Amino acid sequence: MADSQDKTNSSEEPQEGIPDIKSQIDKTVDHLKNPKDGSLWKSVIRHKLDEKPRNRTLAVLTNVFLHLHPARVNRDAVRFAFTWGMGGITFFLFIVLTLTGIYLMFYYHPSKGQAFQDILFLTHDVPFGNILRNMHRWAAHAMVLTTWIHMFRVFMTGSYKKPREFNWCVGVLLLVLTSLLSFTGYLLTDDQLGFWAVTVGTNMARATPGLGHEGPFGPELGFTAYNDVRFALLGGSIVDANALLRAYIWHCIAIPVIASILMIVHFWRVRKDGGISGPAPMMLKSEAQL
Amino acid sequence: MTEGLMIFAKFDWHQIGEIISTPDNIPMVLLMILIPYFTWYALKQARENDRLIAQLEADPEMAKTHHRKRFPMEKKWEPTVLVWPHLLKIEFLAAICVMVFLIVWSVAFNAPLEEPANPNLTMNPSKAPWYFLGLQEMLVYFDPWIAGVVMPTVIIIGLMAIPYCDVNPLGNGYYTWNQRKYAITTFFFGFHVLWILMVLIGVFIRGPGWMWFWPGQTWDHHRMIYETNRNLNDILGLEGAVWAALVGIIAIGLYTVVTAFIIHKLYMKYKGDLYARMNLLQYGTMQVLLIMMISLPVKIFLRLALRVKYVMVTPWFNI
Repeated sequence: MADSQDKTNSSEEPQEGIPDIKSQIDKTVDHLKNPKDGSLWKSVIRHKLDEKPRNRTLAVLTNVFLHLHPARVNRDAVRFAFTWGMGGITFFLFIVLTLTGIYLMFYYHPSKGQAFQDILFLTHDVPFGNILRNMHRWAAHAMVLTTWIHMFRVFMTGSYKKPREFNWCVGVLLLVLTSLLSFTGYLLTDDQLGFWAVTVGTNMARATPGLGHEGPFGPELGFTAYNDVRFALLGGSIVDANALLRAYIWHCIAIPVIASILMIVHFWRVRKDGGISGPAPMMLKSEAQL
Repeated sequence: MTEGLMIFAKFDWHQIGEIISTPDNIPMVLLMILIPYFTWYALKQARENDRLIAQLEADPEMAKTHHRKRFPMEKKWEPTVLVWPHLLKIEFLAAICVMVFLIVWSVAFNAPLEEPANPNLTMNPSKAPWYFLGLQEMLVYFDPWIAGVVMPTVIIIGLMAIPYCDVNPLGNGYYTWNQRKYAITTFFFGFHVLWILMVLIGVFIRGPGWMWFWPGQTWDHHRMIYETNRNLNDILGLEGAVWAALVGIIAIGLYTVVTAFIIHKLYMKYKGDLYARMNLLQYGTMQVLLIMMISLPVKIFLRLALRVKYVMVTPWFNI
């Protein structure tokens, strides 16, 4: 069928309005030379790229990764002196940790005995395993630090004040979750350092008032080492295989999911509360109705 | 005196190097640089803003027309800028810098890995990760149910209560010291003294057996310290379980009332205008949080100076 059509086409003079093959080839080459005019490019980048305010606005607004930003911000709000970039760096470190973490998960079994072997394997044999494990570790420490400094900056600029009270609270929860993320990761190497750090940490849970078997009113309420809140955290009465699995799941799935949800709220509220707080025009005491 | 001088003679640089070069303590070196730096930087900007605020307060005409920031502003400038490129280029640069920093750090230093976990071989000192060492340091002065459970909870709730208790409308969105002296002092006390300083003590000062080793002192695993810490009722010569509880109730009650009274007097004297803006729930929350915060150094003082073990002893819990 196709053959017979080809024959009929080639045997006749080109019809009016139907271009010959040479001009078709020229057109194709033209498109390949200028991909920005092609439909493939236009389907992805949906606006022109001339350096005009409209295009630059669209570049932010039509990009799912950038649409967290408004199209324009206050001219002083981009000053590094004001924000120190700490919130953004914290989020960037979270992304770095997610990516390196996924890589590490490919090589890690959360089971007693095997876990430590996997770390050795990662350190010595897996391509880029050592540097990515190092990066995961150091980015985690750095993230704890940057959350503290971010909180410090937000306090010092009074940015928790009206209307951002609620977002400060979300931030406090994220601060706690960051420590917990780091802490649950501590156990996963299954070495002496992690084991004893987590032992010391979870031993505190024994003493929870009303919920731990060594806490005030814990024994009176019927709590023992085998049913109290520490048992729930460790999945046992000692730091062992179940604790490793629980730490793994908290670390890799549960806390990241919770933290991601809170981050969505946190960033959303930054926008909805009117963008970042400043540098705002200064208020005088004589103007405040004190 | 000679003993004090001997410390300098026997200054153990090796021990300090060992602590600092522990891989997990590198963040501590960063912390000791970054926290003082950013504290200075925030206060520097606060002072510059305060100077402008004072100028504007003194000159109402200027206050009417001034744009109220210490950054330059000209009429022909647009008040806003496009996010692309003005913000995104900064974010991109910051991301690159952080990435370079992380790569260098990761190439230069290996993440720690000790021997496989062994429940029969206790690490000494057995330390939590550095960001929890403030709480572990508190274990010296308080029982685990306070240091490990109540305190973290109060810290979290206390931080979340800040925006609702701080009714001062000034200083929203800019650095200032003069307009927020009280809030900033309180935060510095909590953050720098009770949190960062305690973390640093936990990392650098506490050695084997969680004993106090000054910088330069060798971490001696065989060191023994004999301390006779006594409960408050025993120090007062009142023995027996009833006195142990009763003395505690009286002492804590007295501390609460006196501290609350002093805070109230000071607040009325200097912050009467803010008090007028608060309701009793806000004021009460602030009082409770402040009383709890001040109780930490008070208990530390009682332990270190007066060798008090527990203030209050009951069959169920001790404080």
